[in-house]
Amino acid sequence: MGRDGGVSCLMRAEMNMMSVGGMESAPAPSDLDEVHVLAVDDSLVDRIVIERLLRINSCKVTAVDSGWRALEFLGLDNDKASAQLDRLKVDLIITDYCMPGMTGYELLKKIKESSNFREVPVVIMSSENVLTRIDRCLEEGAQDFLLKPVKLADVKRLRSHLATKDDVKLSNGNKRKLPQDSDPVTITPPLTISTESSPPLTISHDSSDSSSSSSPVEMFSSSPIDDDEDDDVLTSSPEESPIRRQKMRSPGLD
Amino acid sequence: MLGLGVDRLQADINRLLASLFHQGVLDEHFLQLQQLQDETSPNFVYDVINIYFDESEKLLRNLRLLLVDREFSDYKKIGLHLNQLVGSSSSIGARRVRNVCVAFRSASELSNRPGCMRGLEVVEHEYHYLKNMMHELFQLEQQRLLAAGVRYPV
Repeated sequence: MGRDGGVSCLMRAEMNMMSVGGMESAPAPSDLDEVHVLAVDDSLVDRIVIERLLRINSCKVTAVDSGWRALEFLGLDNDKASAQLDRLKVDLIITDYCMPGMTGYELLKKIKESSNFREVPVVIMSSENVLTRIDRCLEEGAQDFLLKPVKLADVKRLRSHLATKDDVKLSNGNKRKLPQDSDPVTITPPLTISTESSPPLTISHDSSDSSSSSSPVEMFSSSPIDDDEDDDVLTSSPEESPIRRQKMRSPGLD
Repeated sequence: MLGLGVDRLQADINRLLASLFHQGVLDEHFLQLQQLQDETSPNFVYDVINIYFDESEKLLRNLRLLLVDREFSDYKKIGLHLNQLVGSSSSIGARRVRNVCVAFRSASELSNRPGCMRGLEVVEHEYHYLKNMMHELFQLEQQRLLAAGVRYPV
């Protein structure tokens, strides 16, 4: 699993700087090989969490607090072509659905209407599991719909999709089957699984237990979490996520 | 001797966490936060929780100000604040706070003033309970780190 290379000592200051309405500068052309994600969420807590989720998955992140700021960042907020446009590289846009002013759905539409960014995958996040909402977003061209709170497994899955897409673009004769080239997608309605029905948390007293998601014992441990997922994003199948199999909360396009 | 201190503190942490999960105060999303903490971001959980506290207290203050106003009628605003609280509580795994906020929100959707007042009191109560528990957890963890540090001098 890729880690954010920068060690951040002034966590809070950095987080506030990055997440409170402001914007990071776009990555320079030399960073073109890195995945750059634009995250949009009006909640500060959620921005911080999604930013961390993405960075832990080796993404560069620009986090903004509204649809308007997102459009501003993309240079879509006025008719004049942005001078920055040649250098701006956005590989994924992930946005909350419920936001004051402009909803994630409205932002999605605007992005799909733009010639420059309509190819960029847009993922919608929502705390509400509403089928009509999900359908609407997918119909409008959303790549995926994630149920909040977003889990590490969800972001890993997204990241692995992006990786395979980039690989195929780079190598001409690549006959690897892409998720989007696979058979017509059946979008299974997400099961509304209340957390009461989830398996009871097991408190393990064995500190070598590497199943980090079920052991509160690992809480606060300073040792790195032993990740049982395949680190190689090129070969790991999105289906492998055990959490996703259990919960089946994000419909995805798998 | 020092080793026992670490183990005892770890046992205290485990016990407290188990209790909080059992009571439904926390859920598995709290553990998800921990998965985001590593050597490059060693204080992530602590920092996010503290930001959650700051944001929540602002929202709770606003909610109280709105409701104590004799001429209050803006239930929609209450709903918006509660959406925020529901969302952020859910994100950090504060299950009970989230649930009582949802109940409070239902009262606001029915424009039920006394229901809202009760709802606010319950949310404030649960929120403060959570905050106290988090402080206790952080304190225990801090002590555990110190004890572990002393045991293995560099």
